[in-house]
Amino acid sequence: MFVLFCPHCREKREEEEFGYGGEAFRVRPVAPETADDETWGDYLFMRKNPKGWHWELWTHTTGCRKFFVVKRNTATNAIAGSWTLAEGRNVYDAEGGAG
Amino acid sequence: MTDFRIRHPNARVDFRRPLSFSFDGQVYPGYAGDTLASALLGNGVRMLGRSFKYGRPRGIVGAGPEEPNALVQIEAGPLTIPNLKATQVELYEGLIARRTSGWPTLAFDLKSFCGPLSRFMPAGFYYKTFQNQKLWPYFETIIRQAAGYGSAPEEADPETYDHRHRHVQVVIVGGGACGLFAALDLGRSGLNVVLLDEQNEMGGWLLSSPHTSIGGESAEAWLRAILAELQSLPNVAVLTRTSAFALHDMNLLLAVEQLQDHRPLAERSESKPRQRLHRIRADRIILATGAIERPLVFGNNDLPGVLTASALTTYLNRYGVAVGKRVVLQTSNDHVYQGACDLARMGCSVVLADTRSRPNTVWEQRAHSAGVDVRPGYGIAAAHGGRTTHAARLAKLDGEQNTVLAPGPLIECDVVGSSGGLSPTVHLYCHDGGRPLWDESRLAFVAPEMGRAEAGIFCTGAVTGTFGLQAGLEQAQRVTDAVLASLQKSATRKARNLETDEPDSIPARRIFRVPDGKPEGHGKKAFVDFQNDVTAADIHLAVRENYRSIEHIKRYTALGFGTDQGKLSNVNGFAIAADAMGKSIPEVGTTTYRPAYSPVTFGTLAGAHEGDTFEPRRYTAMHAAHVKRDAVFENVGQWLRPQYFLRPGEDRDAAVRRECLAARRTVGIMDASTLGKIDIQGKDVREFLNRIYANAWTQLAPGKCRYGLMLDENGMVMDDGVTACISDRHFLMTTTTGGAARVLTWLENWHQTEWPDLDVYMTSVTDHWATAAVVGPKSREVLAKVCSDIDFAPSAFKFMDWREGTVADVPARVFRISFSGELAFEINVDASYGPHVWEALLEAGAEFGIMPYGTDAMHVLRAEKGFIIVGQDTDGSMTPFDLDMAWAVAMKKPFSFIGKRSLARSDTSAPNRKQLVGLLTEDPTVVLAEGAQIIEQSDLEPPVPMLGHVTSSYFSPELNRSIAMAVVRDGIQRRSEEGRKLGRDAVFAYADGKTHKVKVVSPVFVDPEGARQNA
Repeated sequence: MFVLFCPHCREKREEEEFGYGGEAFRVRPVAPETADDETWGDYLFMRKNPKGWHWELWTHTTGCRKFFVVKRNTATNAIAGSWTLAEGRNVYDAEGGAG
Repeated sequence: MTDFRIRHPNARVDFRRPLSFSFDGQVYPGYAGDTLASALLGNGVRMLGRSFKYGRPRGIVGAGPEEPNALVQIEAGPLTIPNLKATQVELYEGLIARRTSGWPTLAFDLKSFCGPLSRFMPAGFYYKTFQNQKLWPYFETIIRQAAGYGSAPEEADPETYDHRHRHVQVVIVGGGACGLFAALDLGRSGLNVVLLDEQNEMGGWLLSSPHTSIGGESAEAWLRAILAELQSLPNVAVLTRTSAFALHDMNLLLAVEQLQDHRPLAERSESKPRQRLHRIRADRIILATGAIERPLVFGNNDLPGVLTASALTTYLNRYGVAVGKRVVLQTSNDHVYQGACDLARMGCSVVLADTRSRPNTVWEQRAHSAGVDVRPGYGIAAAHGGRTTHAARLAKLDGEQNTVLAPGPLIECDVVGSSGGLSPTVHLYCHDGGRPLWDESRLAFVAPEMGRAEAGIFCTGAVTGTFGLQAGLEQAQRVTDAVLASLQKSATRKARNLETDEPDSIPARRIFRVPDGKPEGHGKKAFVDFQNDVTAADIHLAVRENYRSIEHIKRYTALGFGTDQGKLSNVNGFAIAADAMGKSIPEVGTTTYRPAYSPVTFGTLAGAHEGDTFEPRRYTAMHAAHVKRDAVFENVGQWLRPQYFLRPGEDRDAAVRRECLAARRTVGIMDASTLGKIDIQGKDVREFLNRIYANAWTQLAPGKCRYGLMLDENGMVMDDGVTACISDRHFLMTTTTGGAARVLTWLENWHQTEWPDLDVYMTSVTDHWATAAVVGPKSREVLAKVCSDIDFAPSAFKFMDWREGTVADVPARVFRISFSGELAFEINVDASYGPHVWEALLEAGAEFGIMPYGTDAMHVLRAEKGFIIVGQDTDGSMTPFDLDMAWAVAMKKPFSFIGKRSLARSDTSAPNRKQLVGLLTEDPTVVLAEGAQIIEQSDLEPPVPMLGHVTSSYFSPELNRSIAMAVVRDGIQRRSEEGRKLGRDAVFAYADGKTHKVKVVSPVFVDPEGARQNA
């Protein structure tokens, strides 16, 4: 059970207030119709699943219902921070989109 | 009866307050302040049970949570508690306790006959012996009974449990000298501090060594002064009888506080909880959890009357009990000397075998002057006795190797104590990913002083391997300063005199298994783990059988399992395994320390989350009206919905039949308020719905509704419901009752993460509206009676239209939609008007014989029409095409709606998929079991390929026969004209050992043309 900071409410709250949304910044192919089966299959099924730092989506289910991103270490549960989707996207891109 | 009490003034029991208690039916005296263990020992009760595997007599070994043997069952009936450690049960007047092992009786234990056979019961005995799976349940019954652990209460727990959330700056675990000292300094700095300890009073080891002096004061006086000051600090909470049992992510410490268990039954408060779970979120945690003395491993070291040396000291000094009068101690270290001196001064004869050939000279002198007979270079090869201990055979040990130089004398005694050194209580430190470090100089796995400072976890005292009192207090001061500094504070303290009267200690001997001069397995049994009957020989055998990982050795031998979780045995086991493998102890490492540190009752973990308060219960606005009409309710998610309404003389089938026929022949009414309702507004709402649903929404005009099918990105149906166009910028979506919250999160996810550019806003309005569905041929006439401002003419108010108007004088939205296939209207009003409108509709319908109906009838009515229930007829692997619902999929929409691309994947578009069909049994009276397997043949000789399964099955009152829905491989082809010609529609349904012949048909059993709903 960890504590997450909601960047919208600007509050630290217990994990039970939040819902997990899986890997962040997954990209839906722009033109699904023309994506080949492999590309579409990767989008559907393949995840980074790293041991270590992981960008992930969370939603403040019992709070503001907003989605935001958290950078969490899956091995230690250390949390580097949480950001709104737009802010997080900038940080993520500045890191080179690294997992 | 012999009295083993020594009534000295330093004891923490109150000799002026005698108590009586019963154990195994016999009544004994004890005193306030006793534990059950100290009271039993005070009465000379030695043997408390029989061992798990060999049925050997066992008695008390320890004095705290490490106790492996003395498991007892307390009280009776619903209040009974199994498997408590007698060392942790506080004595109260009238306490009733029983042993938990020894079957059929303590004196005659069937397993003791296994003793002579024990060479046939090696490690892995059960794995090797009981390989016949069919007979295992039979063996298991006998083995479980013979193993003899306690029994859980059979009645419901009458007691209540509480949860308390605490958010503090510092929590200190352990109220020994170091914990108290830290609490004092932190408390003085004004920090918000919780100090907790599992025992009934603070003090830790100081309670067992009252003669120790600190800065010239007696330990007792030192303790009293600190406790008094802590009590005066409003920012410090001191919790006794509170056991921290788990340390989780981000400094979440779980602790259970005993509030009632130490009180006589008659004095327990019914209005107060029995136990309280503290969920403590702390900025900083200081672990001052101390250490537990581990015994040495030697022959017959499990006899009743063989204890740890520290337990003997504790029983003497804290509880005023001399476990025996003639004591033989053996040690690898200095820690036993104070206790040995105390025992001798209290009149016991004490022989102390120090396995080191050169003991600490200061201690040796002190021991001599106290009258202790110190035997340097000796160990105990074996204890002698049966149901008690009567002698110890010494052996002269080699000064370097752990081998026997020469046999030693046989010393008559009535108690043996041993010390193999202290094992720091590193459990909590390790729960959250910390690993203990092996300290070869102290022969212990320790937690580092700075713990994991970056996470805010610090350690002090014996848990760090700092076993000396003065060194511990100095360290506590350092750690306190570090904690304060990390919180941007500094200590304001004067220099203090922390001098104690301990001599400097010298290194312990590196010995775990005391040799007896024989190869392992040939001498007397030497136990490592008492609770699981694991011997040193078993660990050697596991290594010979090529187990290498300590985790595997643990599971093969059962080392460290059970209610004591190896608190005495683990380090000895790791060391013996390391020696057997020729590895160092750190190379072997430890098993994983997992919560809980000590057993916690389920009631405490559940707290108020049980029974009626397990989870929120949701009632519709019309609930009272349903209760009044004798509804039988069912849980649908958190909702309570009427399942059927019982009339006098009816059973469930009769009620459902009556309700179904009313809806089909005249008129019925159903409470549909629980359907999820999501209000969606914004200028892009049509585009949003186009993307979210498989259907098209561009053309849906205000005043119209449409059934929508929601797919996940894999193309599988995840929800369905009717969505109404209120205006170009405003739609009202309905979802399944159970899917409402999930769908809202789904919509938000897509909007926020993928399409933030779309101008849409959504909110749940499920609870805002009460919904009554008026269903049946007479529904139009009922509505016309209560609503004058809507034109109900079939040409003016068509199927799938909705209108705004006034129903029973209340503003309403009326939807002409149908989940039954009948002419039907759903009336939505402000929830607070729900009961009023419900009664008005029933009154208006009375002349037509209107009947309320429940979810049972709703299910039958919808199945008669082949309408699916998502999650019942679908399971996350059904596409719209599998459901024969291509009409609900708009493949030409410009935006590639969610799930569309996946419908073209090779598997999703493959022929031969399981598809939704109807089934008719050959025998119309047979109602198939839901979940029944569909098979091609009636012959059950394997292999029997499975074609699918029954998803919905009912008796249809309208058709006066059974009907079913099923998913069947290639089902749509089977029910086509071609399939019928080929006979592929003839299949079988198998369930509960019976096979029924069935025909695959269309799932629409009633009114396939839809004439009724369009009427």
